Amino acid sequence: MAKPPLSREDYLDLYGPTLHYTPPGGFRTVDDYDDLVDTHCCFCGQQCGIKLKVKDNAVVGFEPRYEFPFNRGKLCPKGIKRYLQGSHPDRLLHPMRRTPTGYERITWDEALSETVAKIQEIQAKYGKDSFAMLSGVSLTNEKSYLVGKFARLALQTANLDYNGRLCMVSAGAGNKKAYGIDRSSNHWEDITQAKVIFIIGTNIAECFPITTDYIWRARDNGAKIIYADPRMVPMARTADLFLPLRVGSDSALLMAMLHVLIRDRLIDEEFIRNHTVGFEETADAVSNATPEWAAEITGIPAEKIELAARWYGEAETGMILHARGLEHQTKGVDNVVSCANLALATGKIGKPGCGHSTITGQGNGQGGREHGHKCDQLPGNRDITNPEHRKYIAEVWGCPEEEIPGKGLTAQEILNAIHAGEIKGLLSLCFNPLVSLPDANFNREALDKLEHYTVIDFFLSETAQHADIVLPGSLHEEDEGTSTSGEGRVIKINAPVTPPGEARRDWEIMLDIANRLGRGKYFQYTSTREIFEELRLASRGGTADYSGITWDKVVNTMGVFWPAPQVTERGKTTMNIAELDSLHPGTPRLYEGGKFYHADGKARFNAVKWRESGEVVDEEYPIWFTTGRVVSQYLSGTQTRRIGPLVDQFPHPRLEIHPRMAKQLGIATDDWVTVQTRRGEVIIQANVVNTIRPDTVFMAYHWGGKESANLLTQRALDPVSKIPEFKVSACRVRLATPEEQAEGERVKAASARTEKNLPAGYGLNARRQELRR
Amino acid sequence: MSDLRFFIDPIRCIGCKACMQACSECATHRGKSMIHLEHIERGTSTQTAPMVCMHCDLPTCAAVCPADAIKRTEDGIVQSSQAPRCIGCSNCVNACPFGVPRYYPEIDQMLKCDMCYDRTSIGQKPMCASVCPSEALFYGTLEEFQARRKGTPKNTFQFGAQTITTKVFIVLPEGEIGLDMDVISHMDARFEPDAFDHLDPFAHLEPLPQAQGGLL
Ligand code: SF4
Ligand code: SF4
Ligand code: SF4
Repeated sequence: MAKPPLSREDYLDLYGPTLHYTPPGGFRTVDDYDDLVDTHCCFCGQQCGIKLKVKDNAVVGFEPRYEFPFNRGKLCPKGIKRYLQGSHPDRLLHPMRRTPTGYERITWDEALSETVAKIQEIQAKYGKDSFAMLSGVSLTNEKSYLVGKFARLALQTANLDYNGRLCMVSAGAGNKKAYGIDRSSNHWEDITQAKVIFIIGTNIAECFPITTDYIWRARDNGAKIIYADPRMVPMARTADLFLPLRVGSDSALLMAMLHVLIRDRLIDEEFIRNHTVGFEETADAVSNATPEWAAEITGIPAEKIELAARWYGEAETGMILHARGLEHQTKGVDNVVSCANLALATGKIGKPGCGHSTITGQGNGQGGREHGHKCDQLPGNRDITNPEHRKYIAEVWGCPEEEIPGKGLTAQEILNAIHAGEIKGLLSLCFNPLVSLPDANFNREALDKLEHYTVIDFFLSETAQHADIVLPGSLHEEDEGTSTSGEGRVIKINAPVTPPGEARRDWEIMLDIANRLGRGKYFQYTSTREIFEELRLASRGGTADYSGITWDKVVNTMGVFWPAPQVTERGKTTMNIAELDSLHPGTPRLYEGGKFYHADGKARFNAVKWRESGEVVDEEYPIWFTTGRVVSQYLSGTQTRRIGPLVDQFPHPRLEIHPRMAKQLGIATDDWVTVQTRRGEVIIQANVVNTIRPDTVFMAYHWGGKESANLLTQRALDPVSKIPEFKVSACRVRLATPEEQAEGERVKAASARTEKNLPAGYGLNARRQELRR
Repeated sequence: MSDLRFFIDPIRCIGCKACMQACSECATHRGKSMIHLEHIERGTSTQTAPMVCMHCDLPTCAAVCPADAIKRTEDGIVQSSQAPRCIGCSNCVNACPFGVPRYYPEIDQMLKCDMCYDRTSIGQKPMCASVCPSEALFYGTLEEFQARRKGTPKNTFQFGAQTITTKVFIVLPEGEIGLDMDVISHMDARFEPDAFDHLDPFAHLEPLPQAQGGLL
């Protein structure tokens, strides 16, 4: 439509972020709760088991859930304080319509009719695909599945994508290329048995904290830890070998390691012969990739590259772990397959203590990429362009195959198309692209151009402030379903409370919209369990096969690892959900016995050629810029920037800069500096630390507005996965001018309100009444 | 006395503050954390060190308390000051060799870690040791610890003439742990400016003075 009518400060006054500190009912010194409900954390991909304390239909605290095998009671600060997101004063409690002066409260009927009328109007005028949908992977499997079906059959648009596009798609694409399936190769217990652990491009301690313990357990068993990262992140500190590679140079390091393995015959020739295809070509591609060559590119001493390769090659067992540092690049897929090449060349896969896994950043990052809310995919990780796959899903959905649209645009491409005026309407569910996509200024311009935007969310995120219609959805603890952790373990999320005020469960909202669009016949569900049952059938025979998994089994066994296909003949032919069997025990470790998921059962080597990143440093922008996370914040901060104790732990982003660079630029810790790239600039305080490469600066990305790291990043995409190059940009840094500093201080002061300090117009008391229920 | 012990291993600590956030959820002092996290100067290190009450066998804090407000239980746990007795004099704060007790002016009373007495007294683990993602904080028997972990737990400390033994063990690392935190010292071509040129945006500027083993 147009720019949001209010200023940032006005939005802050009305919708937060407000720093919330106290549980409903205040702090009590005796335990006071009615119920203790087993569930999981709502944040990162580890999906820690947790117990929530419940009183009067509100979550009032937590207890460790010792019996859950993955985390055995352990939690990070986010999990501990997540209960403060419930009963939060910023919570959206009723539908709203945008007015020239802000938002007005409307009824559900009005909100839904207006949304549906706009969808129909825009689609009649510009075609079905002119209305797009974006969703998040904090959603349960059931919701992800429903979104995929909803966009295709209710909105009838091809343009649906998800925020995993900003996260694990490179890993997904790389895994599929190498192994034919997209999942962590093993359950985390295998980490503890590895004799060498090669960690590259992942700040495990802050992004996947519980995994720290698995790695320490391996170390106690005698494992060597190799850590490659441009920063001396907390775990790198005690690694046996630290490789401070330059951002964007990962594939050079990995190619050189493969070169050494082949040169020194540290490869498993029998494994290569029996279980893989394409080794010769890949070996050729690294024949000149000497450690000396890689040292020039990466900045790591050649001897250390040799040592890393030898340790990995010589060890009996070994694991490779990576995450966004290596995947968030225009070379993301190249980097992932380069890791796979190492694992395959040494046969360190499909055996205890061996494997190659990506660390999924988002809660349901794994499950969310399996059930069809990617633009190119149907449930079960099926290909939307494959006629057989389409036919099967059409049968499950009971629709003619032609009704399923083809492949649509990816997340960043959708924003590009909105900017170009090709997409006119948008519906989003738990997705905050204004903070999470690169080049925020561009994306803001795009949102301003939309003719209509309806958002389903529980807080008014930076992106949601652009919406014409706001539909209050549900928090994690208000709906039940399943989620799939980074290990590949399907777990059960329980709902200790119901949504407050007029807020509703997301899936019920989608059902209503579908009904009003006249497509209700495809969406006859009365519970999320029914959605899961249909998901099982839809996934059957796909690579992400959930057909042998039931909710009950998930609960009774503390999670089932997919693939869990059916194991009896009876179910093989049935299209009757009630007849699906559930005898499969699940698959904690993939590829056992060297069996891979390509049609011939063999894994693929992928030859990679070294190339530079989308943007490299030059005279004008001489410094590498990279981004990442901090432990107390999560993704775009929609939730964590509202939880007081977590904000106190890390209230604002800081620019990490090495003393050597700081000295050359005349910068000291706490100084205000201006960071500029070709996309924009950020005014931020410096943290001078010798734990970062001297040619690189780092900033965490969880903040919005003028504190957003994504004002600086670029929209260049990996050609295969279409993941944006978040991790590599060229920037320049200088001391801020006094005016800039004043601006920075103003932005910092106006980034949040505390509960105690809310303006009169905030209406907190009125909201509290509703929140109390 | 229970044979369950508390172990602190700073080498494992990742500075995540889960312990502090969880401690502030204990029933007896909800909203306040009794565990401290020390940061070594962030400019030069990511090392952090958690600190709970050491639960001394002969607690100095109790010895200097004029109001007899600090009690040690039979299972070796040194409690926070007792509310009606504590006169807020802060003698304990000053005397504790580990710097543990804190004075809270809003309640005019000393509070400190009581090893989650509400939990440990009924057989549960303390909150901080339950949640610690990397088991830098561990609660269990010495045997359990030794069966699965490396490092030497130590619970005797010397402060001048005073020897203190504690219920809480500090874990000393096995062998030498090299903690060279400056990234430059792990990089290539440190002393060959030409080779470093294309990696270092400041190579064209005046070289920095070199000190032992690295730049700066
Ligand atoms: S954010 Fe991740 S590590 Fe932290 S408690 Fe939640 S699931 Fe566990
Ligand atoms: S033992 Fe309990 S009271 Fe003591 S620091 Fe840990 S959580 Fe806090
Ligand atoms: S929870 Fe554990 S790792 Fe985290 S800061 Fe506390 S002691 Fe350190």
